[in-house]
Amino acid sequence: MVGSVSDEILLDDSVQGSNLALVGAGAWIAINARGLEASIQTLIAKYPSVKKVAIDMQHVERLDTFGAWLLERLVRAFKARGCETTIVGLKDDYKALIDELRNVKLEEPPRTGGQAFNYALHSIGENIASVGNSFAAIVNMLGALVVAWLRVATRPRTFRMTSLVHQLDNVAWRAVPIILLITFLIGCIIAQQGLFHFRKFGADVYVVDMVGILVLRELGVLIVCIMVAGRSGSAYTAELGSMKMREEIDALRTMGFDPVEVLILPRILALIIGVPILTFLGSMAALYGGGLVCWLYGGIDPDIFLSRLKEAIALNTFEVGMIKAPFMALVIGAVACVEGLAVKGSAESLGRQTTASVVESIFLVIVMDGIFAIFFTSIGM
Amino acid sequence: MATAPANGKKDVIIEARDIVVGFGDHLVLNHTDLDVYRGEILGFVGGSGAGKSVLMRTIIGLIPKRAGTIKVFGVNLGEASDSERRAVERRWGVLFQQGALFSSLTVMENLQFPVREYLNLSQRLLDELAIAKLEMVGLDASVCHKYPSELSGGMTKRVALARALALDPEIVFLDEPTSGLDPIGAGDFDTLIATLQRTLGLTVFMVTHDLDSLHTVCDRIAVLAEGKVIAAGTMETMLASEHPWLKSYFRGKRSRAGYQPQGKAAT
Repeated sequence: MVGSVSDEILLDDSVQGSNLALVGAGAWIAINARGLEASIQTLIAKYPSVKKVAIDMQHVERLDTFGAWLLERLVRAFKARGCETTIVGLKDDYKALIDELRNVKLEEPPRTGGQAFNYALHSIGENIASVGNSFAAIVNMLGALVVAWLRVATRPRTFRMTSLVHQLDNVAWRAVPIILLITFLIGCIIAQQGLFHFRKFGADVYVVDMVGILVLRELGVLIVCIMVAGRSGSAYTAELGSMKMREEIDALRTMGFDPVEVLILPRILALIIGVPILTFLGSMAALYGGGLVCWLYGGIDPDIFLSRLKEAIALNTFEVGMIKAPFMALVIGAVACVEGLAVKGSAESLGRQTTASVVESIFLVIVMDGIFAIFFTSIGM
Repeated sequence: MATAPANGKKDVIIEARDIVVGFGDHLVLNHTDLDVYRGEILGFVGGSGAGKSVLMRTIIGLIPKRAGTIKVFGVNLGEASDSERRAVERRWGVLFQQGALFSSLTVMENLQFPVREYLNLSQRLLDELAIAKLEMVGLDASVCHKYPSELSGGMTKRVALARALALDPEIVFLDEPTSGLDPIGAGDFDTLIATLQRTLGLTVFMVTHDLDSLHTVCDRIAVLAEGKVIAAGTMETMLASEHPWLKSYFRGKRSRAGYQPQGKAAT
């Protein structure tokens, strides 16, 4: 039955004076709807001045909503011109369907939008406002965190230790292998590039200074933060977002829990504890990688590398990198949680907020790194 | 074993034989048989977790079966080629329990999605048909640019039903269509299903817990328990049955006094 696409004529017309007689035939069903629509539109255009229309549906074998709607459209088009339209020979089975469709009112509400120029201005304004809003939301979140922290500090037993340990396991412990691998490779690459170019000036040994300062001050913490933003920040957003979608967060609220205290504080604390540890491990791996390349590729022996490193860096080089880590962690965590709570009902919105979370936190990490760089140089660290 | 005795020679549209479905060691359906006849509204009941939805999902091919045959429109789905299968799938529509509307598409786009995939129609016809379908399920054009997250529960069910009907299917599978609706909404939905069934000549396979739906719209009821269809027949048959599960289901505390077996002799 299905798939009976046919070339048969579904609608035949003959005209006598101002009377139009239409004879339907065949199957007026979905697969023939396209052809039928075309012939109906040509018919409507072809007879602009008929007064009476009679539609004979006796030979129509099958009719579904598609066919019935096209019949209804034909009738409406002629009625709109003041023609008298009659349908004869319709099978009883189909009468109910036709009656149902007769009541359909086609009043589509206007689509939102309008002129392109206004729309462009509108979306620019909206974007600027949303930048401001998300900044406000982050500040808001930081405030809520302080409040939650103070509340927990007065009643330490309410702190969710299990949750903190679980999150630490997720964001710190399980991240160790990938962080070590990536920072190790970065260390290798910097050393190799440094050796290659410094060799032209015969300044091979200064590679050790470069690797040491670059890794400990900037790269270690930056690479780790970017990894954590992509790995754990996105996970936080997705977790909180889907909890928001399934009303779990509302459920917590109705039971008298503060979601910031229960869900967000342990997560952000885990980042604040975990990121400095990862930064330390990452920096060590990068130095190790740099040392290895210096030895194997540059011919600088490990003991020369170490003694040179001791001269090149001081404790404050290391401190500069490590001090930044918890602040970066706080920003990543706050952004991730703000975006997670901003998720609306749809799956698409979850995806959008997760993307926003990663992009925003990496951006803020780099901006903060710049601010810290200015700050540390001006205080002479 | 359990097909309707009184229906005589009706056209069997879905024929499930010896279906075995299990998860791990646990057999949910154990050699289950079920027939659905053309043009009827079949209410499919059973305890929570008895496997009603599992059988429905097995028939529509979402859950693999371990044994048995399923024929829909006479096509054996286990042996059908991909294109035969797709042809069959085009002839049924499914209303999922939570609606399963695509959350990133508007109501209108949701309704047009299957049509656009299968038929090459003009945008005007697509728009008009979407609105017509919305009105058929008792909504109006004002919802057509809304997203599923902006709809109430009842509206979601109606839009989902409209989408299930988008391709003018011959069979509609409804998974607990009235769950989560208030009694008035549920009653309206029952009426709607009955009306659409009449106007469109549908065969309706309805998984439900709603005794009112069973009373008002279902032509026939099939009962699943312990992995088998233990009874199938009209409401009178169910009410007259002395099977302990049927007794407590149809004549228990939740059933209405008015439905007590006044017509015990009717079978």
